[in-house]
Amino acid sequence: MSIGIEHYLTLSAILFTIGIFGIFLNRKNVIIILMSVELMLLAVNVNMVAFSHFLGDMVGQVFAMLILTVAAAEAAIGLAILVVFFRTRGSIAVEDVNMMKG
Amino acid sequence: MIVETIAFYVFAAVAVVSALLVVGNRNPVYSVLFLILTFFNVAALFVLIGAEFLAMMLVVVYVGAVAVLFLFVVMMLDINFVELRQGFVKYLPIGAVVGVILAAELIFVMVGTGLGTAPAAAPTPALTEFTNTEALGNIMYTQYFYLFQVAGLVLLVAMIGAIVLTHRDRGGVRRQRIATQVERGRDSVELKKVQSGEGV
Repeated sequence: MSIGIEHYLTLSAILFTIGIFGIFLNRKNVIIILMSVELMLLAVNVNMVAFSHFLGDMVGQVFAMLILTVAAAEAAIGLAILVVFFRTRGSIAVEDVNMMKG
Repeated sequence: MIVETIAFYVFAAVAVVSALLVVGNRNPVYSVLFLILTFFNVAALFVLIGAEFLAMMLVVVYVGAVAVLFLFVVMMLDINFVELRQGFVKYLPIGAVVGVILAAELIFVMVGTGLGTAPAAAPTPALTEFTNTEALGNIMYTQYFYLFQVAGLVLLVAMIGAIVLTHRDRGGVRRQRIATQVERGRDSVELKKVQSGEGV
C-alpha cells in the first residue's frame, strides 16, 4: 500500500486537533497554549507540503515557508508578552490577563 | 515502496504520540522537549515527500530557535505549574468530544472528496533536473519576491517588538554617553613635564 495524499491530510488533521485539544485542556497555562498554536501551524504546514508534493506544485512550499516565518514571529512576540506579563503580575494564569489595562 | 510506507507510519505515529504528550504533560519542560520530537518527526516526513529544504528549515527555525525560546522562557519564569493544572480533568471530556468531532470532520472532508486529481499550475521539476532548494529559490526569488520581502519585514517587526516589549530601564546603570564625551574641553586633560628621577 503506497502512501497517498490522504495519509498526510489525516496526519495533519490529527495534529491540528491535538493543538485545539491542548488549548481546551490547558486553559490556564499560556505557555502550553502557545505550544498548541505552534502544533496547529505545523499541521497547516504538513497540509501545504503534502498538497505541494502530490499536486506537483512548488507554490505550496513557498507558502509553507511564509507560514513558518509567521509562526516564528508569533512565538517571539507571544513569549515577549508573556515575560512582560509575568513581570507585572507574577503569574501567567489566563484569568489574570483582563487585569492588564494600560 | 514498502520501506517508505513503514517510514511514514513510524514517523507519523511518533509525531502524533509526542504531540499528545506535549499537551498532556505535567511538566512544561518535558512538553517543550516533546514539541522538539514532534518537529523532528515532521521534518523527517517532509524529507519523505521531497521537501528537503523545508525539512531543514523546520529543524533550524523551530528546533533551533522557537523551541529553545520556549525552553528559555519556561525555565526563566518561576511559576507554580501545579496550580495552573487545575481544571485539566474538568475540561478533558468536553475537549475530547470537540477534538474527536473536529478530527472526524476534517478527515472525512479531506479524504472523502477525492482530492489530489487537480492539474498542477507550476509543475515541480524532476529531481534530476533541479534540487528542491533550487526549485524553491527559483520561484521564491522571481514570482513571489514581494511576498518574500514582506516575510522579512514581519520578522523585523517581530524582532523590534520583542525587544521593545521586554526591554526595561534599570536604575544605577552607568552607560556610555557619547555627547558628554565629545563635549569635554581641553582643560579636562593636563600635561605635566615630569623630571626624570623626581616623580610628579
